[in-house]
Amino acid sequence: MAAEEEASRPFAGLSDVSISEDIPVEGDISVPVGPSRTDEEFSTLDEPVKETILRDLRAVGNKFIHVLYPRRSSALLRDWDLWGPLLLCVTLALLLQDGTADSDLEGGPQFAEVFVVVWFGSIIITLNSKLLGGTLSFFQSLCVLGYCILPLTVAMVVCRVVLLAAPGTVSFVVRLVVVTASFGWSTFASTAFLSDSQPANRRALVVYPVFLFYFVIGWMVLTYFPVKNRQP
Amino acid sequence: PAMFSPFTLEFEDEGNLLDTNRDATTINIEDVKRQTKAAGFDPDADDEYPARSDDREELLSGQKKSAPFWTFEYYQKFFDIETHHVKERILGSLLPWPRKNFIQFYLRKNPDVYGPFWICTTLVFAVFISGNISNFMNGKYNPQFRKVTIAATMIFSYAWFVPLALWGFLLWRNNKILNLVSYSFMEIVCVYGYSLSVYIPAVVLCIVPLEWLKWVTMVVAFGLSGSVLVMTFWPALKEDHPRVAMATVSAIVLLDVLLAVVCKMYFFSTPQPSGAPVAPPTAGQLKANTSSS
Repeated sequence: MAAEEEASRPFAGLSDVSISEDIPVEGDISVPVGPSRTDEEFSTLDEPVKETILRDLRAVGNKFIHVLYPRRSSALLRDWDLWGPLLLCVTLALLLQDGTADSDLEGGPQFAEVFVVVWFGSIIITLNSKLLGGTLSFFQSLCVLGYCILPLTVAMVVCRVVLLAAPGTVSFVVRLVVVTASFGWSTFASTAFLSDSQPANRRALVVYPVFLFYFVIGWMVLTYFPVKNRQP
Repeated sequence: PAMFSPFTLEFEDEGNLLDTNRDATTINIEDVKRQTKAAGFDPDADDEYPARSDDREELLSGQKKSAPFWTFEYYQKFFDIETHHVKERILGSLLPWPRKNFIQFYLRKNPDVYGPFWICTTLVFAVFISGNISNFMNGKYNPQFRKVTIAATMIFSYAWFVPLALWGFLLWRNNKILNLVSYSFMEIVCVYGYSLSVYIPAVVLCIVPLEWLKWVTMVVAFGLSGSVLVMTFWPALKEDHPRVAMATVSAIVLLDVLLAVVCKMYFFSTPQPSGAPVAPPTAGQLKANTSSS
């Protein structure tokens, strides 16, 4: 004990604190967030379903806004979720259907093909950036890439409307402009989130696959042409 | 016996490790971890050169850490390149120079998977998109997204299975004939991948609806990529029996020609009322839904 007191001289004020061996030390080690977190978990079972769903929808909507106005914020990265990408992918795949499901000789991408391109492409790009030494986690990257499809989905809606209104060369030029702008927006938004996590000498190596990914999706959006309007 | 505490192994059991690992000139912690994790397994089977012992020095100088193939780090060492490396390698394959063997000059024992993989992917989509555009300009508009799958199969098979066959062949010949030059599987994949990069601008040029221009571009592209491949593999083959060497070189060149011609025929053929202009035998292996030929 004397040696300990010698050693703890700098901490002289604490020397009167002693814990004897036969008094068991007990108590709660709880992080301040802890108790309220468990309260929340208990109460989410009691809250109405509408509120649970709305909470997730609000989170998804919040991230949509972050994509539309890309700033260097970490909201997309901190609380990643894959609901948004799934919603966008399904919407895009449904909108790309042009009614040629029965003849597989013609036509644009089938639903499954869009799905595979989006998800498989995102996974490959995420693996690529991780192998190149990126610091984002796997699901954070998937989340960012998926959410940044939003501008292209909006462009798809616009294209469909334009095609209904005025098929022809004018509509093609309008669609080209819209798709190019949204492709640039998507690439810019995702690189704003992704490129910070890469060392500077490999940034281009990580950005290029993202560029290719959105280029291919943009191409699918641009070349959408409903069967009725197609020339025989 | 004392294989369970890697931290003490380095200090106490060097003797044991030297006995079990006779090829090593000394021991480092990576070797120790490898021994304890993968007893009896050789994780570097792909990268061992029978004729080279200086990669051990590289291991020890910390440049290349070897890890078992089921860990993430094993694959990370194939992405150990920077942007300017990729640029130099692509330029080196676009403009082959007689003295600069691609593997020895550009790769320098650091083959990467990034280049071959993304060049192949870009080529797949470039061929598909350019084929679409050129078909559109010929009057028929037919997206045929199916073609992406077929293009991907063709190009990735060429870029991965042909190097596998070539590597196996070279390994077999190395057993028979002492050869000063030997290439690892990854280096061969790398050469093939980068040699495909010249096809990307060629395929984009094929959008222009002039038949003679398409053939001229494909011939030039084949010339450049073929010469990269021949110049790389000739040093490995020239020690061999002349007939075997010539046969191998012609096989390499022939497969390249095949890829170029099949791509051109399948994706860019102009519609003819009587059918395809020249149908190579392999076109019959493709699915019957080639509506344009």
